[in-house]
Amino acid sequence: MNPPRLIPFEAPPNANAHGALAPLSVRGLTVAYDEKPALWDVDFEISQQDLVAVIGPNGAGKSTMIKAVLGLTPTLAGNIRAFGKPVKHARKRIAYVPQRTSVDWDFPASAEDVVAMGLYGKIGWCRPVRRRHRGSAREHLDRVGMADFASRQIGQLSGGQQQRVFLARALAQEADIYLMDEPFAGVDAATERAIVDVMRDVRSNGATVVCVHHDLQTVGDYFDSAVILNIRRIAAGPVTDVFTEENLQAAYGGRLAKTEIRAIADSA
Amino acid sequence: MIIDVFAVLTFCAGYNTSVVLAGVIALGIGGGVIGVFPFLRKRALISDAISHATLPGIALAFLAGIALGGTGRNLGFLMAGAALTGAIGIIAVQWIRDHTRLPEDTAIGTVLSVFFGLGIVLLSHIQTLESAGQAGLNSFLLGSTAALTGGEAQLIAIASAVAITFALAFMKEFGAIAFDEGFAAAQGWRVARVDLFMLVLLLAIVAIGLKAVGLILIIALVIIPPAAARFWTDRLGRMIALSGAFGGLAGWIGGGVSALFPAMPAGAVIVLAAAAIFTFSLLFAPSRGVVPWSFRRIRMRLAAAETRALLTMAGGYQPPDPLARRIARWRGFTGPDGRLTAAGAAAVADAHRQQRLWQAYRQQHPDAALPFNPLSGFRIEDVLSADIVAALESDSV
Repeated sequence: MNPPRLIPFEAPPNANAHGALAPLSVRGLTVAYDEKPALWDVDFEISQQDLVAVIGPNGAGKSTMIKAVLGLTPTLAGNIRAFGKPVKHARKRIAYVPQRTSVDWDFPASAEDVVAMGLYGKIGWCRPVRRRHRGSAREHLDRVGMADFASRQIGQLSGGQQQRVFLARALAQEADIYLMDEPFAGVDAATERAIVDVMRDVRSNGATVVCVHHDLQTVGDYFDSAVILNIRRIAAGPVTDVFTEENLQAAYGGRLAKTEIRAIADSA
Repeated sequence: MIIDVFAVLTFCAGYNTSVVLAGVIALGIGGGVIGVFPFLRKRALISDAISHATLPGIALAFLAGIALGGTGRNLGFLMAGAALTGAIGIIAVQWIRDHTRLPEDTAIGTVLSVFFGLGIVLLSHIQTLESAGQAGLNSFLLGSTAALTGGEAQLIAIASAVAITFALAFMKEFGAIAFDEGFAAAQGWRVARVDLFMLVLLLAIVAIGLKAVGLILIIALVIIPPAAARFWTDRLGRMIALSGAFGGLAGWIGGGVSALFPAMPAGAVIVLAAAAIFTFSLLFAPSRGVVPWSFRRIRMRLAAAETRALLTMAGGYQPPDPLARRIARWRGFTGPDGRLTAAGAAAVADAHRQQRLWQAYRQQHPDAALPFNPLSGFRIEDVLSADIVAALESDSV
């Protein structure tokens, strides 16, 4: 399924190759809804034990990129590999934290039930959730400071608490790469803290986090690297390298005042 | 006559009636259990498209049966025909939804009416035939337990039990997809296939229930019990159990009455029984019912007005609004002259202290404090342990 790519004549023969065992390697990813491209020829590679922010203005294709990587949205072209393999052969090593607003929180389930969903891969089809799975789910809830809320119906939790339940569910998957879609959107300070702690915790255990992020001010504090998107890839690399006035200008253009861009670039 | 009803409902009205009743109860339980999943998936209405799409299948199976030299009234054969065009109906809805920009309700409405129209055309053609067997086909529209034989009821019960077993085996998967489709797909699940399997189980219940309940009203058997069960619980397992029980109860009442009065269509009686359960649940279920909820609302309004009155009076002012003023007067916090009484002064001091402690609790433990609304009149000593209250007390002074 390798799409044909245009390689300049003078490029070395391996210009299209994937990094050997990078947790995530994306080449030539192109996604379009109807006529309008959502992502255009995006390349980047993410290295192990990295905390990566995916940033860009609204409509830049950040969520689309995460969904395309997971195979949740059809792609027009592109090659995506996780640990050197096609994503569908590495699913057990990937955990996904969807946007909180993407589900119906009135669903009849407790916080513990939702976290147990992260164990379904291990439990297997048509097998019941057993006591030890429930125990494991509660441990993961405890890691995000939600142990006291295990039996509460999920609709009765605050937005931040719901986000932490999603995080605990991803932790239960014990993955090597965590793909998070805007976990910081609309959460309280305690939850923001908890998410950052968990990200650092999984990094110290060797895992990698890729996180769609909106708040440019905190990128430097929370993340090691950044991928700047605006349909195309603007830049990718360590935050200090990619947060330049030029890159931010290219991504955000008129959406941010020049002074804001300069301040953010200086702070990184 | 009451004796007769009692005899039927307690399985004492002869072997055949009892077997039929057991079959309809099994069908009700099956409809209740399986209906939970389309309900949670917010696709409950697709069962209406399925049931109406079975009509041409029934008619075609009848015609095929006659062409093969039989009476065309073998229930298994008719169910197979029903399932076939029902499946085509599902595929049509799915295809329209996936390949056009039309929403699913439009696809359902279109498929439902087209298939039903085709079925009616075929039925009126059958009516012109010389064959004697066509009279029984009308029971597929409105349902009749009186027309069921013992063997047919057994077939219904067994098929229903099989469908329930599959639904319970896949409860975890169906639930996960209904809650978070994207997460399920990210795990590598073929969401479309699991959905299709869910619809096949739904189709099975519709097909086996056609003769007993009738295709026009069988949708009630898979929608109303889950909707009623949702009022009582916030747990999926309990909801499934309750929904099955409600469906079985409706089948028991409806099937019994229809067995006794053959002119009374079983489908209609089952729907009315289910509707009674639904209405009771909607009104009186403790956590989500309308009446308990309204009571909580009113109590909360009064408690909030009282707290408001006390806090305003603590500042040396009159209670802010007529309701708060009336409550203050009624509780004896203010005298006839509108002045604070001794009891009022004590209550004011207490309300002030409660408010201060809640404030401190919210500041120090924002997460834990979230479920408590200080205006609802909870006393902090009733909710938190004494040591926490003592700590708050010393902090907030």
